[in-house]
Amino acid sequence: MNEHLSTTVQSLKDQYGAEVSEFRSEVSLVVPAEQIVAVCRTLRDEFSFEVLSAQTAVDYWPEQEPRFHMIYLFYSLAHNVRIRLRVPLNGNAPSLSTIEGVYPNANWHEREIWDMFGIRFEGHSDLRRILMPEDWEGHPLRKDYPLGYEEVQFTFNYDEIDARKPYAKE
Amino acid sequence: MFEKTEVTLDELRHLVSERAMEGETVLLNMGPQHPSTHGVLRLLLELDGETVINCIPDIGFLHTGIEKNMEVKSYEKAEVMTDRLDYLNTVGNNLVYCLAVEKLVELDVPMRAQVIRVILTELQRIASHLVWLGTHALDLAAMSVFLYCFREREMILDILEMCGGQRMMTTYIRPGGLWRDVPVEFEEAVRQFLKVFPARIDEYEALLTKNPLFLERTTKIGVLSREDAIRWGVTGPSLRASGVGHDLRKAQPYSGYEQYDFLVPTHTEGDTYARYVVRMEEMRQSVRIVQQALDKLPFGPVRSNNRKFVPPPRSELSTSMEALIHHFKLWTEGFDAPKGSVYVAVESPRGELGVYLEGNGGPKPYRVYWRTPSFVNLQILPLLSKGHLVADLVALIGTIDIVLGDVDR
Repeated sequence: MNEHLSTTVQSLKDQYGAEVSEFRSEVSLVVPAEQIVAVCRTLRDEFSFEVLSAQTAVDYWPEQEPRFHMIYLFYSLAHNVRIRLRVPLNGNAPSLSTIEGVYPNANWHEREIWDMFGIRFEGHSDLRRILMPEDWEGHPLRKDYPLGYEEVQFTFNYDEIDARKPYAKE
Repeated sequence: MFEKTEVTLDELRHLVSERAMEGETVLLNMGPQHPSTHGVLRLLLELDGETVINCIPDIGFLHTGIEKNMEVKSYEKAEVMTDRLDYLNTVGNNLVYCLAVEKLVELDVPMRAQVIRVILTELQRIASHLVWLGTHALDLAAMSVFLYCFREREMILDILEMCGGQRMMTTYIRPGGLWRDVPVEFEEAVRQFLKVFPARIDEYEALLTKNPLFLERTTKIGVLSREDAIRWGVTGPSLRASGVGHDLRKAQPYSGYEQYDFLVPTHTEGDTYARYVVRMEEMRQSVRIVQQALDKLPFGPVRSNNRKFVPPPRSELSTSMEALIHHFKLWTEGFDAPKGSVYVAVESPRGELGVYLEGNGGPKPYRVYWRTPSFVNLQILPLLSKGHLVADLVALIGTIDIVLGDVDR
């Protein structure tokens, strides 16, 4: 592990109790959802991870605790290292705070995650659907959202099919 | 049955200025069917006269659910979806996906395959920049550049067709190497291209670089400061034109890029002209890389010999029982990848193209996430366009170099 990366990991472990795991020499830290904004601010200001490369989520349905993992990928231009944060989220309609205030480009990433996974971001400035149409129902990248073999809904049988469609109806 | 709902102005209140609510400024819809939006991008503009006050991009018209589709295919079969993301950088998309799979299952790639991968991705980078240059100049009313650019792009597409049988959607790079070796005419065709192309770049530059009309339309237009570029996660030529010499081919080399001698062009101005200069120089550097790679192209196999992940050659099927078993197993069920996740990023013509791949022990990817450069870079359009004229907005869409297949996935 790179020297800068190990100091970062050690410090986050001490400060926030993050759990560290390493797979194929990529470092992941599991941090609790309540502290995500503070962790991001620490990463950016103290350890010069200036860039939020990507932000996404994974659905572990049918597990409920945690059902989702939020994934943040950071990159440090100054030290040329990557670090990954994972935030476990429980239940079918989770929410956590936005990190838009720290990394402005989280705006669209979070809109996409809301659109695709139905995870809400508190304090987000513009939480609308981004890829799917505004009136779309369901969140396509959830594992309980069907792909293919779907009955075609016409106006006369829409409600009948909708009632037995296996997506999360919140 | 749900009712079709329209987005009202009230719901967009937080995105437009107070004056729009009073009716003092005009809200104008641009696209999605507009020739200068390079695909199906819709922009909602708030205008004061001809000046853009706010620009609200609306994307998703080309959303095809590629990430969802990949989850139900085996690792090898899912690869055909990757070409359809960024249809101007198909080889690069294949490359990053294969690198991710190879990292996840720890698969080695023969030397010859790596060098051919580099040659093809660099040729693809040139082809992508040529499409950018042609359409960007066309947006700024320089018609002839477009025709010349597509002439040279055709040479590259011919080379790709020679290798993979397809001009664009090649799926030529496979996990563990390549689909097959390149044909014998390949080297001659690439050398022919390398011979004519540097002079052709000079021709484009003669048409544009000192052209007063072009300069008028590009200098001081859409200035992106170094700090903003980093804050917004911008990558690729747009970041380098703002004075950050970051290139993943240098910073985190893959496929043996550390062996080639090339420069990372940067510029400090951060305007549309700077991005033009950087991309033109990148084409020259790509030519240098292809030249070096072709000179050292080693002989040898182009696919890994690891039969647990790479199907055996067809010639073995009639003589070896193990080969037949492996062939059957790999093409029906596919190979299992361990539980774990990897993130691999390469430098695409547009910036950092990354794939986050998560396996769960089975033969299908549990989650594939595409970090596409166009999606991230497009976010700065509202920032760049503030205070510019509508005519300059056309130049700005061109200079960010978005591909809507890449944005919407």
